[in-house]
Amino acid sequence: MQGTVDPNKAALNYHNEEVAAPPHEEHPDLRLFGLLVFLGAESMIFLGLFVAYLTFRAVYPSWPPEGTPERELALPAINTVILITSSFIIHNADTAIKKNDVKGLRIWFSITAIMGAVFLMGQLYEYSKLEFGLTTNLYASTFYVLTGFHGLHVFLGVCLILAVLWRAQKAGHYSDQEHFGVEAAELYWHFVDVVWIVLFILLYIL
Amino acid sequence: MTTQAEMQIAPSAHAHVERKWWHYFTFCEDHKVIGLQYLVTAFFFYAIGGALATAIRTELATPASDFVSPNTYNSLLTLHGTIMIFLWIIPAGAGLANYLIPLMVGARDMAFPKMNAMAFWMVPPAGLMLVLSFFLESPQAGWTSYPPLSLMTGKVGEGIWIFSLLISGTSSILGAINFLVTILKMRVPTMTIHKMPLFCWSMLATAGLILVGTPVLAGALILLAFDLLAGTSFFNPMGGGDPIVYQHMFWFYSHPAVYIMVLPLFGAISEILPVHARKPIFGYKAIAYSSLVISFLGLIVWAHHMFTSGTPAWLRMFFMITTMIIAVPTGIKVFGWLATIWGGKISYNSAMLFAMGFIAVFVIGGITGVMLAAVPFDIHVHDTYFVVAHLHYVLFGGSVFGIYAAIYHWFPKITGRMVNETLGQIHFVLTFIGMNLTFMPMHELGLMGMNRRIAFYDARFTSLNQLATVGSYILAVSTVPFLINAVWSWMKGAKATDNPWNALTLEWQTSSPPAIENFEVLPVLTTGPYDYGEHQSEEGKLPPGASPALSGSSSGS
Repeated sequence: MQGTVDPNKAALNYHNEEVAAPPHEEHPDLRLFGLLVFLGAESMIFLGLFVAYLTFRAVYPSWPPEGTPERELALPAINTVILITSSFIIHNADTAIKKNDVKGLRIWFSITAIMGAVFLMGQLYEYSKLEFGLTTNLYASTFYVLTGFHGLHVFLGVCLILAVLWRAQKAGHYSDQEHFGVEAAELYWHFVDVVWIVLFILLYIL
Repeated sequence: MTTQAEMQIAPSAHAHVERKWWHYFTFCEDHKVIGLQYLVTAFFFYAIGGALATAIRTELATPASDFVSPNTYNSLLTLHGTIMIFLWIIPAGAGLANYLIPLMVGARDMAFPKMNAMAFWMVPPAGLMLVLSFFLESPQAGWTSYPPLSLMTGKVGEGIWIFSLLISGTSSILGAINFLVTILKMRVPTMTIHKMPLFCWSMLATAGLILVGTPVLAGALILLAFDLLAGTSFFNPMGGGDPIVYQHMFWFYSHPAVYIMVLPLFGAISEILPVHARKPIFGYKAIAYSSLVISFLGLIVWAHHMFTSGTPAWLRMFFMITTMIIAVPTGIKVFGWLATIWGGKISYNSAMLFAMGFIAVFVIGGITGVMLAAVPFDIHVHDTYFVVAHLHYVLFGGSVFGIYAAIYHWFPKITGRMVNETLGQIHFVLTFIGMNLTFMPMHELGLMGMNRRIAFYDARFTSLNQLATVGSYILAVSTVPFLINAVWSWMKGAKATDNPWNALTLEWQTSSPPAIENFEVLPVLTTGPYDYGEHQSEEGKLPPGASPALSGSSSGS
């Protein structure tokens, strides 16, 4: 910016805006940038927990510890496919609203919300089938806390999507120009999805 | 006089709207109200933390445990540490940042005012919860709350401690998002990043540290809460857990936390010194980038707190080296400050006295920090009063001196009134003497082998402990002239002009106190933030030794 902005001109500019649009000029919309910074901070919680998990795993004599009941892989694998697919589905909503297609937004967001709910129910079903509890051993504790903490984020993501759907009932609330809520919910959903992929690899594959 | 901004003053209605007193008790989105809310709340908790410290020193005036019971002593110690860190220094830094960042970058408010207010309103409940725990069942495991100790000292107190820290940590993160986005995206168009005041640079570095570090502490606290309340055993060796993992996660935040606590004040000092020495800052870019280097290095030194925790030798070597390297960017700052005041036209007012006192005592804390970084020495003095002395030289001599300097410096801007210099100077002299008298003997005590965190001690340590206790009483008394000064000057002090110090940064180019949306017309920069003596004809020639090439002003002007 240095050298390209003539100070006098800029002053004039601001002065004019001041007169034209009282009380004061608006700054550009920074909400998406703010959300990105927030997600950066949130990913640090997960990173901290992941590294703690890897350390426990490395320090423990055998992992999973002797005598821990087996876990099934099929259900979480289906869940993973559902969550990854939903990330592509939700992106269609973004494309739709950029064409001012509110109906498309509603459809794609509804599908994503349902997929999120199915994921959560799958998770709960898996919990109910497991033969170990939260305090059985360190392995069980890490499993429940990590998946539970992620599940909480999925739940929050579904709530965000439902909030956007609620607001989208009103005609003109979202448009091709003004759709921060849509972008925010989508971004959050992608975040939750990426975290799950890492978590799935850590907990089920490794 | 040419100022950093030449403004076109156009009279308009909203300039004269003033805040009423009750605005300061509401969910107000004005960054200046929030800044003051932070500062006053923080000072309230400082008084409580200070009272706890005085009680601790009273107990330690005699070798026996006679003033309070050992259990109460543990609570005093835990609450003192936690309150001073999480409810005094960090919120005070956030208060200064809230008040100053938008004014300094020429913005009308923070990027996200509502979130800003939310961040503040998390602090009082977190703090009150912690203070009230003292009457219920207070946490006793120290501010570090290491398991398994923290799992054995009472569920209620420890649970309150964890919950309180999670709230204040969230507040800290929300605040940091605001600082970061405001500094990066809301500067007036003419303010390039290299014309930004150094306080903003240091807050940029601080915000980065908060955003990377605090979430990891939150992770550790969540796991600790599960251990405490749900019976898991992440950190409990009885159930196969590993307490060392907690230490790593805790210090991954809590070492950077010392930089979170001192970097804002580094920035404030960089603002105060040039103004009252009437000289350009020496090494603008060096000071600016050293903040970023400190915050990066600050993230990779944490295990130096764990040299005696069974950390393998190669890892200790790594952390010893990185810790020592931090002295380099810090040294760059100190030399920059010294070169700034060298040969300057120094006004010995309260702000400047505290700023120079800051350098003097902080350097002592910095040197003992390098000593402690050396593994053999650290193993020798680990958990002794040497560590207590070191950390108080850094946190009291650094942060608290810096906060006082900042309050005296910006008081005319915030309140529109001048402080009483005599009271301010008395405050400085008492604080400086009290601080050194309290903490200097602790170096000796530590080298002699006196353990910290214990209510009683061997009789041979008595005389030095009594010296420290006297010092702590002087420190307690020293806040009296400050409080009288602050309250009296706020009510009845001499009216301050818009720019009583003839400073060049943008906050001084608006009214005192600033109008509700800060500026009538957004300012346009015409000089760098520290071009003292260069364009100011009444100030004479460029002082010898000042280097305009390094001051950050030569570019673009």
